[in-house]
Amino acid sequence: MAKTLISGNKAIAQAAFDAGCDCYFSYPITPQTAIGEYLSEIMPKANRGYVCAESEIASINMVIGAASTGEKAMTSSSSCAISLMQEGLSYAVGDQLPLVLISVMRAGPGLGYIYPSQCDYDQAVTGGGNGDYRIPVLAPSTVQECVDLTHRAFYLSQKYRNPVIVLSDGLLGQMMEPAEFVKYPYPEIDTSKWALTGAKGRAPRKIRSLEINEEKHNQNLQHIFDKYAQMEREEVLFEEHNVEDAEVLLVAFGTMGRNIKAAMNLARQKGLKVGTFRPITLFPFPNKRLSEIADKTKKIIVAEMNMGQMIKDVKVAVNGKADVVHIGRPAGAWLDETEILEAVEKELGGKYAASI
Amino acid sequence: MAYIVLDTKKCKSCYLCLDACPKGLIKKSSETGMTGNFVVEFDDKNGECLGCKCCALTCPDLAITEVYK
Amino acid sequence: MQQVFKLPDCIKKDAKFTFCPGCDHGVALRLLGDAIDECGVREDTIAALCVGCSVFLYDFYDIDCLECPHGRATAEATGIKRARPDKFVFTYQGDGDFAAIGFAESIYTATRGEKVTSICINNTTYGMTGGQMGPTTLLGQVTTTTPFGRSAELNGYPMKIAEHIALCDGTAFSARVSLDSVANIIKAKQAIKKACEVQIKGLGFGFVEILSSCPTNWKMTPQEAHRHIREKMIPVFPLGVFKDVTKG
Repeated sequence: MAKTLISGNKAIAQAAFDAGCDCYFSYPITPQTAIGEYLSEIMPKANRGYVCAESEIASINMVIGAASTGEKAMTSSSSCAISLMQEGLSYAVGDQLPLVLISVMRAGPGLGYIYPSQCDYDQAVTGGGNGDYRIPVLAPSTVQECVDLTHRAFYLSQKYRNPVIVLSDGLLGQMMEPAEFVKYPYPEIDTSKWALTGAKGRAPRKIRSLEINEEKHNQNLQHIFDKYAQMEREEVLFEEHNVEDAEVLLVAFGTMGRNIKAAMNLARQKGLKVGTFRPITLFPFPNKRLSEIADKTKKIIVAEMNMGQMIKDVKVAVNGKADVVHIGRPAGAWLDETEILEAVEKELGGKYAASI
Repeated sequence: MAYIVLDTKKCKSCYLCLDACPKGLIKKSSETGMTGNFVVEFDDKNGECLGCKCCALTCPDLAITEVYK
Repeated sequence: MQQVFKLPDCIKKDAKFTFCPGCDHGVALRLLGDAIDECGVREDTIAALCVGCSVFLYDFYDIDCLECPHGRATAEATGIKRARPDKFVFTYQGDGDFAAIGFAESIYTATRGEKVTSICINNTTYGMTGGQMGPTTLLGQVTTTTPFGRSAELNGYPMKIAEHIALCDGTAFSARVSLDSVANIIKAKQAIKKACEVQIKGLGFGFVEILSSCPTNWKMTPQEAHRHIREKMIPVFPLGVFKDVTKG
């Protein structure tokens, strides 16, 4: 199939459409507005739901409403506006409703700059809503992966009846690359057993996060945690290169996953034994594989466009078996391959000093 | 002869139906209900009920379940 | 001899309302149930319910229901209706839910002319949390958060919900009714049915604000509470139809 030159944002929009997204509701915010603009054209033409909502609070709740009928529904937003959606996300988890949220990160707290950043790892992965819950987070590093993971997000959300986040950033969203829009092998999930469609010929259904009966309430919560355990067994994705002989492992997600590969190539040209590891699912996190790698590789550098968020998960995964250090920027810029290489050389210090 | 069907198990003794009945056919009984207060009773010895539904329309607790006319 | 009154099929046969004695929520739920029955849409109905005494509807009605965050029912109803335009979708909310925390969602749902129906119970207080000042609390009304009575200077003025909704171009029907007397209950029923019919006919947003008693938090008997609606509430919140696109 021919490749299309397209931005990450538009690729996500087209992929959502191709995945059968029936309703899209959102409020504009840079740097993700192109998703809504793209869908505002093609959704109504295809007789699918589109509303430019009055706020992100409204848009996430419209998505919950649409999802409750068993239809595929999505919203997209950025940073401070995703803060506004946390209540809705928490409800969607409690109501066990499938929906897809595209998060295209801005830079910094408050309003945040529109530079690319990865400062909302914690917001996406550990969540800001109330309650004890998790949301699967998929982090693309190329425009092609924006397509792949948007399809996967719809599949996972329906499979587990849980929201799924695709975590992009301002760079990936606006950068153009060739991408292929192909058919994906994900099966259609039957929603007819739980969706609200009117109580015709069956008992009425109540979708709610609170059961007044304490035992039933606890059973529901336990079921949610059973789903997370299943996700950890079945849904972990990562990409790794040259880890077998690596003395230093570079770990990064999303956009920074590209730069650590470039740094690794530079390092290998210099004879430095460097490998890379890129979690694609940030939850469930690839703990098991990182732990295996840490049995041999004793130095791990986590490179992020933030001041240290994913590093906490890496440390938990390696559980003290390797030294884990962080390199990053507070907001608004990436680390290029030469900066990452510098960090590698610093870590390897004395041993390679002569050869550099 | 019109009449109403009263389910006193649902009566919460708000007595709004007492005022609603234009003929004054609903009264406090001597039996207590779910709130511990006296529930109401329909007392129409002389067949005065008009079947106007005023009591049923007023009852907030579905205690007047049927009206016939 | 014929049956001239029966309970709506919408309401479960064994339903026992858990509202306080004399609370008008029960009357409102019965009237709404009647309207849904008469429109013949029970089996195609999806309700969006939030937080407050109004949410108990899901325990009593034989229909599909979705629990929403406080104030967001009209946004969720929008999502439901956009996903399934063939369904009858309604929200049943209190005044705090519809007109304080959820007013942005409510007014935009009306403005967009969403084909949904909203019923708002105005009892001038937050009932479930024990009687705090709400958006419709009357000037001078004592609540647990206005111990000296609501003062305009300190707390602003009570909100006129039905008039606001009537101003929206997408609204097909907006009315304020009361449950203080049999005559007003009959008018309330007609308004609720109209608010349902405009949705079914695809004319736009249907809305009814219902002046309703809260004897417990008003610290009144049910009889005193109805007198309070007549004497104190109706002069501030006049009854009537503020918009009806079916009438020229």
